Amino acid sequence: MNKQSKFALGLLVLLLPVAVAAQEKPVVLKPSSGLETVQNNCGGCHSLDYVGTNSSYMNHDAWQAEVNKMINVFGAPIDPKDVPSIVDYLTKNYGKAG
Amino acid sequence: MLDRRSLLKATGALALAGSQMLPRFARAADKVPLVPGLPDGEYTTATLEALPGKKPLIKLSYRPPNYETPVAYFNSEFTANDAFFVRYHLAGIPDSIDAKTWKLKIGGEAAATPFEIGMDELQKNFAPVEIPAVLQCSGNRRGLSIPHVPGVEWGVGAMGNAVWKGARLKDILAKAGLKPEAVEIVLDGADGPVLDKTPKFVKSIPVWKALDENTLIAYAMNGQPLPHFNGFPARLVIPGWTGTYWMKHIVSLNAVTKPFDGFWMKSAYRIPASKFAIVQNFMSQETLANTPITEMVVNTLITTPDGSSASVKPGQALLIKGIAWDAGYGINNVEVSTDGGQQWRPASLGQDYGRFAFRPWSFRFAEQKPGGYSVLARATNRIGQTQAASLIFNPAGYHNNVPLPLTVNVA
Repeated sequence: MNKQSKFALGLLVLLLPVAVAAQEKPVVLKPSSGLETVQNNCGGCHSLDYVGTNSSYMNHDAWQAEVNKMINVFGAPIDPKDVPSIVDYLTKNYGKAG
Repeated sequence: MLDRRSLLKATGALALAGSQMLPRFARAADKVPLVPGLPDGEYTTATLEALPGKKPLIKLSYRPPNYETPVAYFNSEFTANDAFFVRYHLAGIPDSIDAKTWKLKIGGEAAATPFEIGMDELQKNFAPVEIPAVLQCSGNRRGLSIPHVPGVEWGVGAMGNAVWKGARLKDILAKAGLKPEAVEIVLDGADGPVLDKTPKFVKSIPVWKALDENTLIAYAMNGQPLPHFNGFPARLVIPGWTGTYWMKHIVSLNAVTKPFDGFWMKSAYRIPASKFAIVQNFMSQETLANTPITEMVVNTLITTPDGSSASVKPGQALLIKGIAWDAGYGINNVEVSTDGGQQWRPASLGQDYGRFAFRPWSFRFAEQKPGGYSVLARATNRIGQTQAASLIFNPAGYHNNVPLPLTVNVA
């Protein structure tokens, strides 16, 4: 880890409530193209177990709507160019066709 | 609060740190007591885990923490504090709150004499009231919606029954000099979002409901202080209404003259208008299309046997036990069917702990003929409301009170 990311990690740990964070075990999502983008963009506000429990009943449009809701309603700072790979990852690994 | 740049860096670093520094934990998903009918991914994702001060509960999400109570705990008419479900929308939750320095502010433009109180004054200056009441998340059973809908995919355990002790909200509002033009009371808690752009979880209730003698600011639950994750040191208690209004870690009450228009009121927690038979409507928040969820619908849960199937020998008796509850009109009767809902026979009602509490019931199953029996339970309340025979679909998966089958194999 470089100095900057160590600082950022420290900052996040400080901001996360300790009582909850201490309970949080790593949520392992399926390794596939786009996973890192999902981890970086979604894991700041919520643990990634939300993805597993909400699978695999959503198609591409439904996952797109969820990602849009995170951006437009909850203010998630997701770069628009990252959105397609997030939606594709979720649909391919935690969704359904159609 | 984090800005975008540090959030991206920090979460990437956390994911990296997580994979390098922490052991991988075996998933014991097969031991998690989940009901059938949930999204398939939930069976490999949910785990049994304990938050500080809690027993292992069904963990649906770590952050924010959403943990449901396994069915076995509902064999007790009152749900133990350490087995009580946990529900948060946003992950900015204080590690702890010091009751000695905690303050509740009562104000708003419709309060003539705003004031602030600490815990000692809340307990000493207002007459304490105790009410047994069911707290149920609006989204309880969302995971059973057909088709599935996004959200926390609750099974049947986002609920509990407790004796709540606290001060009447109407007494507190009287001291604040509530003006006649007050329309709603806005409720805010100490927890908040991770990002400053995320709408804080703030709710409102109509003044007439705030003035109901059963609406409390509670500081005790089953004779103990509230557990941290159930809203320590004080929370709203609104018997009969779903949990969304039972604001945890309450820090402010604001009497307002116009309907509160925050996201969690105007967009979230809404049901299609007129699809459900609800007596108490929240008119100041109603639109042509939808209305805020308010009262719980009448419902039952089979708690023994614990699971979706059981086996007995021909003629062998099986005591089926369960609970029933509603919005506080009181349970009139519970019926059980052993043939998938064609014929219904009365169950025996247990002790009545109050109209807002779980009502226990039991039914003696004994069938001679071998085969599979689909056992269903349904309750009717004292105003004649009963459970829906088939799902009344709505986009957020609320108010699912369709009887859940228990299959008893006689062989």
